[in-house]
Amino acid sequence: MAEFSHTELLVGAVARMLEGLRHVAVGASSPIQGAAALLARALSGGRMRVSVLGSRTNNFFTDGGRELFDCAAQGRIDAFFLGGGQIDGQGNINLVGIGPYPKLDVRWPGSFGSAYLYFLVPRVILFREEHSVRTLVPKVDFISAPGTSAANIYRPGGPYALLTGKALFLFDRALRRFRLESVHPFSSVEDVAANTGFEYDRAPDIGPTPGPPAEWLALLRGRVRDEIAETYPQFAATALSAP
Amino acid sequence: MDAPFLSLEDLVAEIPDGIMLAVPPDYSGVAMAATRALIRRGVKNLHLLAVPTSGIQAELLIGAGAVSTLEAAAVTMGELGPAPRFTALVKSGAFALKDSTCPAIHAALQAAEKGLPFMPLRGLIGSDILAFRPDWRVAENPFGDNDPVVLLPALRPDIALFHAPLADRAGNVWIGRRRELMVMAHAARRTLVTVEEIHDDDLLADERMASGTIPSLYIGAVAEAPRGAWPIGLEGRYEADGEHLALYVRAARTEDGFRRYLAEHVLVERRAA
Repeated sequence: MAEFSHTELLVGAVARMLEGLRHVAVGASSPIQGAAALLARALSGGRMRVSVLGSRTNNFFTDGGRELFDCAAQGRIDAFFLGGGQIDGQGNINLVGIGPYPKLDVRWPGSFGSAYLYFLVPRVILFREEHSVRTLVPKVDFISAPGTSAANIYRPGGPYALLTGKALFLFDRALRRFRLESVHPFSSVEDVAANTGFEYDRAPDIGPTPGPPAEWLALLRGRVRDEIAETYPQFAATALSAP
Repeated sequence: MDAPFLSLEDLVAEIPDGIMLAVPPDYSGVAMAATRALIRRGVKNLHLLAVPTSGIQAELLIGAGAVSTLEAAAVTMGELGPAPRFTALVKSGAFALKDSTCPAIHAALQAAEKGLPFMPLRGLIGSDILAFRPDWRVAENPFGDNDPVVLLPALRPDIALFHAPLADRAGNVWIGRRRELMVMAHAARRTLVTVEEIHDDDLLADERMASGTIPSLYIGAVAEAPRGAWPIGLEGRYEADGEHLALYVRAARTEDGFRRYLAEHVLVERRAA
């Protein structure tokens, strides 16, 4: 088996969830997600479109800031990535802060487009590298975007998975709960349980999160590294090189 | 009628206290030279509308005490981390914050662009953003069956302020693909623009330039400001000055540090590095 870094494992895990999609969009401050989308595009043989916010060469929008959102509302975006300072077991995400709103104890930048894209993009992958009881909480302090909605709310989109630095969960929209699917190397089922603040289900066959195959690693350390360097030069230089 | 050309100081003198001022995100064209001039003129009580996010521009205006209301989907210094003055002062209640989401700001400006009272928008229902926005409503889709949808009142800024690569002598302004600037200019009562350079030919006479050009009909006044987005970048012209932005973030961690930054880089006019 090929040797790979922790970052390469995460990139590979995200890329695996993008296989077969037509259009993947990547938001701000998302180097791992951006690299994963560009890897998935490289593996798709040119069938996948990728829009990376902040990129000049990997961003084809020409109608201003609204186009991404209009595009999503029409069903033209298959996957997007969101995060959050807090994520809870119902898939609610909080990008606003900790404490009672509006006089919060800790203030974060704000909700960006989450309160909209979470409803409209079919496959929203939540990514939060810090896996702790501080980030994965029983209930978020502020709902930037809810994980699920009542049956009469127009909602073709929602959470698909939650990837952290320790594990991969899939979200079951009918049960409104996460299910632990796999655990990354150097973590364990017990470690995940001790560091997750919300209740979740367990897949019958929780295994190790598979690493990227050699062919993926070669792309990641070559073509994809060059492509992502335009938007995230630091990340490309430090995180995507052979160990 | 052509839009008048003014000096930077005369341009910002056109921005009264207490107005709703719309500004673009860091990836678009931020009028930073004008923002520093605006702070030097001592502007107060702005309702600052970030379309839809802001960075160091909102930071400087908030820190300088020029903002009474901020409406934004986010304020961030990007890869440099949290926006220090925003983060510190929002907790003190120094200004009122209307937390929003990017498409809501775009859509509400589109309502103003069309002269409509409101715009419907998907999403939002069940979020605390909506719960804390008494100015927004949920209504039934009149064409649907049990289909609630959010209604956003039109956002009509008093003034839109941004920086663009080119203006011609008639005051037509070229923005290229940065079309959120077009929406802002359509929606605002008045638009003030700084530009990198003056273009001698008529921008509307060239078919390749015309579709990326805001006609002077929408432009109140223009000022020439080379490197006017610094320390933010301008697409196709120059990169953001990462070193300076990092220097800002370090300085603005404390109120004293911010005051020193303001004294050194804003209150004293100096040429962009």
